[in-house]
Amino acid sequence: MSTQTIEKAVEKKPAETVFSKRRKKFVIDPLSDDNPITVQVLGICSALAVTTQMKPTLTMAISVTLVIVFSNLLISMMRSLIPGRVRIIVQLALVATLVTLVSEVLKAYQYDMYKELSVFVGLIITNCIVMGRLEAFAMANKPWDSVLDGLGNGLGYSWILMAVAFFREILGSGKLFGWPLFEAMGIEHFPTNGLMVTPVGAFFILGLIIWVQRTKTGYVEH
Amino acid sequence: MELFNLGIKSIFIDNMVFAYFLGMCSYLAVSKKVNTAIGLGMAVTFVLIITVPTNWLLTEYVLKEGALARFSPSLATVDLTFLSFIMYIAVIAAMVQLVEMIIEKFSPALYGSLGIFLPLIAVNCAILGASLWMAERDYTLAEATVFGFGSGIGWMLAIVALAAIREKLKYSDVPNGLKGLGLTMLLTGLMGIAFMSFMGIQL
Repeated sequence: MSTQTIEKAVEKKPAETVFSKRRKKFVIDPLSDDNPITVQVLGICSALAVTTQMKPTLTMAISVTLVIVFSNLLISMMRSLIPGRVRIIVQLALVATLVTLVSEVLKAYQYDMYKELSVFVGLIITNCIVMGRLEAFAMANKPWDSVLDGLGNGLGYSWILMAVAFFREILGSGKLFGWPLFEAMGIEHFPTNGLMVTPVGAFFILGLIIWVQRTKTGYVEH
Repeated sequence: MELFNLGIKSIFIDNMVFAYFLGMCSYLAVSKKVNTAIGLGMAVTFVLIITVPTNWLLTEYVLKEGALARFSPSLATVDLTFLSFIMYIAVIAAMVQLVEMIIEKFSPALYGSLGIFLPLIAVNCAILGASLWMAERDYTLAEATVFGFGSGIGWMLAIVALAAIREKLKYSDVPNGLKGLGLTMLLTGLMGIAFMSFMGIQL
């Protein structure tokens, strides 16, 4: 009995490859089956307001992904040092620092974008995905695993956001990344739908995307 | 009159949920029962009334460019606004902790019914959002207080209304993929259309 357990322990030791099957799962799962937005219902808070056009959405998606990856990495490295009672404050302080960095970089190199996103850059701090991943994953896993998990969740969040922005921009203003798609196709007066530009459009589009995505994955909420 | 106008505006027209998508996480998660929705709405309003003016004072007397000049002339050019995210979130976390302790001491019944939702207010985007909007729009102290109060009431209105609708929805037959979040998003969209009718109201 005892020899068996020892053997098993030894067997596990030969180092895992950097992208083993188990680790690939961390990246691939959040893209569809365990999507942070459509399945875990996290992170809808701060980002829907920026999805009227693709460009600010892309900026937002990249910023959020970076913040998730790095906060996951840092918290995971510090996880044994953080006392349980004050962990929320520690996490918030770390995330706020990273977001401040992102915001300063945007301010320096992409000032127009910074003005357009206004308070929503700051609101990445309270994006539930960031805190949710820190609590649920980084506090209990090794740094590299946490980085991959952060990357997966960041990408899962990004593609939903980009999908919402795609429909909102094309239906609301007939453009893609600011490029007049319908005029290029020779359609002069594409009837744009003003509702899509208002927040209401975002709710509808996201609701429909969730419906399609959940029907596909077979996830049912009770 | 100006202040009253701002209050009405922040409750109905610039509603936290319908116009800015703020506080969506708890809005979606805690809107299954009207009673808990009311409790959370009140807690959020309370925290907003305290944190927005506090953060205003912090911005005005510590963080703003030149605000430190009164301590020493050499600090006149110091601009600490890049610290505002960290300071705001620290104030909010501390206030939430304080509110939690006060409620626990004076009203154990309310504390019991709010339970886990109370500490979660710290990461509610509506709270941080209100502070950031306040800084962005250069409100005065009175305006900031009214804005905090109005935003809180608006948020509470939205979550209570949604909870009431969802309670009724329990008895309807919804397609599987649409159950829960999907339908809630569509509902919020419809409620948003209703709230759009307030647009343009001036008092």
